[in-house]
Amino acid sequence: MAYSEKVIDHYSNPKNVGTLDKAKVNVGTGLVGAPECGDVMRLQIEVDEESGLISDAKFKTFGCGSAIASSSLATEWLKGKTVDQALAIDNMDIVEELNLPPVKIHCSVLAEDAIKAAINDYRVKNGLPELVAEKKAH
Amino acid sequence: MNLELPIYLDNNATTPMDPRVLEAMLPYFVEKFGNAASRNHSFGWVAEEAVDYAREQVAKLINADPKEIILTSGATEADNLAIKGVFEMYATKGDHVITCTTEHKAVLDTCKHIEKLGGHVTYLDVKEDGLIDLEELKNAITDKTILISIMYGNNETGVIQPVREISAIARKHGILFFTDATQAVGKIPVDVNADGIDLMAFSAHKMYGPKGVGALYVRRKNPRVKVTAQMDGGGHERGMRSGTLNVPAIVGFGKACELCMNEMESEAKRLSVMRDRLETSLMELEETYVNGTREHRLPHTANISFKYVEGEGLMMGFNKNIALSSGSACTSASLEPSYVLKALGLGDDLAHSSLRFGLGRFTTDEQIDFTITAIKDTVIKLREMSPLWEMFKEGVDINAIEWAHH
Repeated sequence: MAYSEKVIDHYSNPKNVGTLDKAKVNVGTGLVGAPECGDVMRLQIEVDEESGLISDAKFKTFGCGSAIASSSLATEWLKGKTVDQALAIDNMDIVEELNLPPVKIHCSVLAEDAIKAAINDYRVKNGLPELVAEKKAH
Repeated sequence: MNLELPIYLDNNATTPMDPRVLEAMLPYFVEKFGNAASRNHSFGWVAEEAVDYAREQVAKLINADPKEIILTSGATEADNLAIKGVFEMYATKGDHVITCTTEHKAVLDTCKHIEKLGGHVTYLDVKEDGLIDLEELKNAITDKTILISIMYGNNETGVIQPVREISAIARKHGILFFTDATQAVGKIPVDVNADGIDLMAFSAHKMYGPKGVGALYVRRKNPRVKVTAQMDGGGHERGMRSGTLNVPAIVGFGKACELCMNEMESEAKRLSVMRDRLETSLMELEETYVNGTREHRLPHTANISFKYVEGEGLMMGFNKNIALSSGSACTSASLEPSYVLKALGLGDDLAHSSLRFGLGRFTTDEQIDFTITAIKDTVIKLREMSPLWEMFKEGVDINAIEWAHH
């Protein structure tokens, strides 16, 4: 199976690899997937409290090239968005942008799950109710 | 250094054909095109003579009689013919077959098939080192057991089963012993008499011969073994496998066997030195594990897990330049990690993190050097990107986390 150029580019030059201080109240952390399934994503957002915008996003991913690319792309898209705008990111947007083949759609779903998990973590830390996301098939 | 890329290290999947094999085959396409079964003219005689000679070359490599070689389209067909053929032929004696969980799919799925036909199959587990437990084998034998089917060398790990001990047990109980020796023949000495083998499958394209040709060895003496044909027709191959013989491929198979016969010993030495060097260098990376026993192993195979990185992601780092296989789910159609590695007791996470190296006749030291560097660099890079590696480094127990399985 050949990878799309965009997947290769994100894999070779991943954007925003790293770790934010999860102890900070304005940092939300999402850890999704499972080692036995072959992919684990950790995605973090840092929210600027004054503007309400996501000022930084970082990821670390254990997984195939498509999983790495999906999370790398997600962090790029998150930066500069409001939390509400971030919630609107749909896995199919990632599929389209990266030209993921059908067997790799689950990588994009995982990235969306990671975004939602990070946002929920941020919300809970800031006294907001947890959002119940619709369950997507993996 | 003049290194040609990409480097091929997937010789357990298939080997490139040796140019000397191609040379031997060429006259049999256009010029000497006869049907080996044409008894009444020189075209047929020439073809028959070529097949006879090749059959001798094949037989010699495994110390068999040429009459004991049933030519097939490859090892999968030979596996099918052996298991289904024995099951049918010896139906009055019993209906129980013993095999093991790390066999090739061609054996496992054939066993599943005979289960559908009403047969009974015992699938022996393997130990952590990949070897079967001989006591378990003995205990699995019943008065209905007609066949023990245990592979010679494993395609994923290279682990070599104790074939002589297995055959001694089979013999003692009057049970036939079949071995899928696809990865072993031509790589290490295989002697059907010294090893006590009754039936054996092997293939040309794993030993620098052409694809689409292989053989089933069927013992003729002590005991005389017979299998029921699975393909009916003109009664070729002593009635056990009908179909016009693929003369050029068979000629190539014979030549490939002859070359292995002459070169196997030095080649095995050379490859095991290179394989060990590759392995030792890669093991310098932390949390790196060799899968399967290193003691009883094919000389050209290494299977290594790099914990906390995923196999497909790992391969993507160098697959433009190096061709090899992974036990990762993502590389298989089933999305399940390697059942062979899981049978060794590896967790799914380690199975996902494995690479299989298959060295071959044309592998060079320069290629191994390049591979070591490329893999080390990629593992280090991906671990920097891996949340699991970070947790490991921070002393977090990854198994204690409640992962959401999907």
